[in-house]
Amino acid sequence: MTRMTMIEAIRSAHDNAMERDERVVVYGEDVGYFGGVFRCTAGLQEKYGPTRCFDSPINESGIVGTAIGMAAYGLRPCVEIQFSDYVYPAYDQIVSEAARLRHRCAGDFTCPLVIRMPVGGGIFGGQTHSQSPEALFTQVCGLKTVMPSNPVDAKGLLIASIEDPDPVIFLEPKRLYNGPFDGHHENAVVPWRDHELGEVPEDHFVTELGVAKITRPGAELTVIAYGTMVYVAEAAVRETGIDAEVIDLRSLLPLDLETIARSVRKTGRCVVVHEATRTSGFGAEVATLVQEECFYSLEAPIGRVTGWDTPYPHAQEWDYFPSPERLGRKLLEVMEA
Amino acid sequence: MSETEPLSFQVPEPEIRPGGSPDFSGVEIPKAGATRRPPIDADPEEIRDLAFTIIRVLSRDGDAVGDWAGQLGEDELLTGMRHMMRLRAFDARMLMAQRQGKTSFYMQHLGEEAISCAFQCALRQGDMNFPTYRQAGLLIAQDYPMHTMMCQIYSNEADPNHGRQLPIMYSSKAHGFFSISGNLATQYPQAVGWAMASAISGDTKIAAAWVGDGSTAESDFHAGMVFASTYKAPVVLNIVNNQWAISTFQGIARGGSGTFAARGHGFGIPALRVDGNDYLAVYAVARWAAERARANLGPTLIEYVTYRAGGHSTSDDPSAYRPKEEGDAWPLGDPILRLKGHLIKLGSWSEERHKQTEAEIADEVLSVQKEAEAIGTLSTGSSPSARDMFEDVFAEMPPHLIRQRQEAGY
Repeated sequence: MTRMTMIEAIRSAHDNAMERDERVVVYGEDVGYFGGVFRCTAGLQEKYGPTRCFDSPINESGIVGTAIGMAAYGLRPCVEIQFSDYVYPAYDQIVSEAARLRHRCAGDFTCPLVIRMPVGGGIFGGQTHSQSPEALFTQVCGLKTVMPSNPVDAKGLLIASIEDPDPVIFLEPKRLYNGPFDGHHENAVVPWRDHELGEVPEDHFVTELGVAKITRPGAELTVIAYGTMVYVAEAAVRETGIDAEVIDLRSLLPLDLETIARSVRKTGRCVVVHEATRTSGFGAEVATLVQEECFYSLEAPIGRVTGWDTPYPHAQEWDYFPSPERLGRKLLEVMEA
Repeated sequence: MSETEPLSFQVPEPEIRPGGSPDFSGVEIPKAGATRRPPIDADPEEIRDLAFTIIRVLSRDGDAVGDWAGQLGEDELLTGMRHMMRLRAFDARMLMAQRQGKTSFYMQHLGEEAISCAFQCALRQGDMNFPTYRQAGLLIAQDYPMHTMMCQIYSNEADPNHGRQLPIMYSSKAHGFFSISGNLATQYPQAVGWAMASAISGDTKIAAAWVGDGSTAESDFHAGMVFASTYKAPVVLNIVNNQWAISTFQGIARGGSGTFAARGHGFGIPALRVDGNDYLAVYAVARWAAERARANLGPTLIEYVTYRAGGHSTSDDPSAYRPKEEGDAWPLGDPILRLKGHLIKLGSWSEERHKQTEAEIADEVLSVQKEAEAIGTLSTGSSPSARDMFEDVFAEMPPHLIRQRQEAGY
């Protein structure tokens, strides 16, 4: 066991995967010599050579399109999109090609591919470095969508994604790269080296996709979160004093509906929180599923706390970001309903 | 001080529309044999002119002439003739089957048979094509079973795609034929990626990308070009310029560029422009490019100058946007008739033999069609089960799909 930041854990996952399987190749903008703008691939080119880790032209459609061809050949590409906000030029390749390849030719060709990208705000990134586009991927059949919230999960889930036989969208909450963040931006961040989830095995291990984790057990209310919002949820629960259960989904698709339903049936109340915009967001899907599965256990309407349906603002970042206060108010409202 | 003149907006238009007389006098057609064949390791800078000419082998008199001639023996030419004739006969039957309601849709190759049929002969087993919807000759030239193609077109129980894809969206990894998606130009960067993977793996296989004139305007065409150029990928980048993108003439995609082949120059990719209705020229150029790729010299861009003699698809009526006689006026002729003329001149073919072969092939296609229809068409017989559509979304079916399949009653 070593203490790792989320960045180091992601790097370690690449390292293990590349060491075990020479079919794993890694590329993207600034990914090679420099090791990525967030340093997630640092040292890989030096260790594995420029044919297995290299810089790409600034062309997301080209990055994903070539990766699909590589996957069809039999390699296991793991590519980086520098910010999720830049992924849209590749959307056609992801939606029409990677996601459907196995189905459209009945498995004649397949697409084992990982597309990694940093998501979320809290770094004053403005509208082009802050978005959370997970719902654009969970809506697409044939894709798996994963979002870890800590170093140990990031490593295990990334290795599982690289070894998965189908395309996986791997979303990395950039505000968590160096330490957990609970939304209190005025406070200093606790570095991962001082946090138990920064304990990461150096060797290869896999965290199964589609299994949620209860990060805080509770009896009165279920808060469903993922990514940065896991820490916002824990802060809101702490600050309101509600005995709430917090679920970190970790994988949005496949979704661990069993864990969600078991929890809501027990607590009778549910709030979903995400940083992405609200309308047609992933929270809408979760709320619907909870309603379908747990209607007769519910004692209050399901609450939703999300980013507003506006572009992610720069100066007003903390008015947009779902804060522990905003989430706390919703928790109290659902408790009182 | 003078006033600035108002700007004017310019929209290119084809020279002739329905009602007019077709006129291809503006298309410059060099004499067969007039274009040199450079060595495969030629400096791209020194062969820029080859993107602005048309490489041709077959002369008006049916002779094979010039540097690019002499690459195919008589038997190979006879085989090529048979491939093109089979493809044309297959198209005719399937077009009719669509009109009879046996399937939803069809796309034919009329006038473009030489391109995919000859190209495939320049590849080796294991190489991978990333085709568009108009390269079935790549399969026909490998004797891929017509029966399987028909079952795909009919979406019947024997369709290898399990009825999930539009007709003619074939897939056969074993035949180096990547699954056709129906989206435009997405396969260009994929072909480049496949070629990069082959090079990364130290393999000897090469890839071929295919796109039409209209879709060269897609961003993915340029994405494929820049990656191919940067990594010197072992890939042949093909553009089939058949003059028409549905109703849009090639000038809309070409813009101010002299030719589509010239698009390669900005990427430092050697570019050749070839007579797409000349089986011998297509083969010679394809082989040159394939040899370059295999010799680690990188990508080549090829523009095949041809003419889409039929509609874009069974949903298209070309008489609405171009003169009906335009196909007959096309100066590069019919690829089958041109090869026929050459073979007759060589003394290895005759009018009688041509007619006889045509009849034999028509019989063969008809009997295969009956066998395929005995299994089913889109409207009759056995079709893939509805339960099957839930398969292959993922390697392993996730819980939500299992629930949906149950909900659907399967």
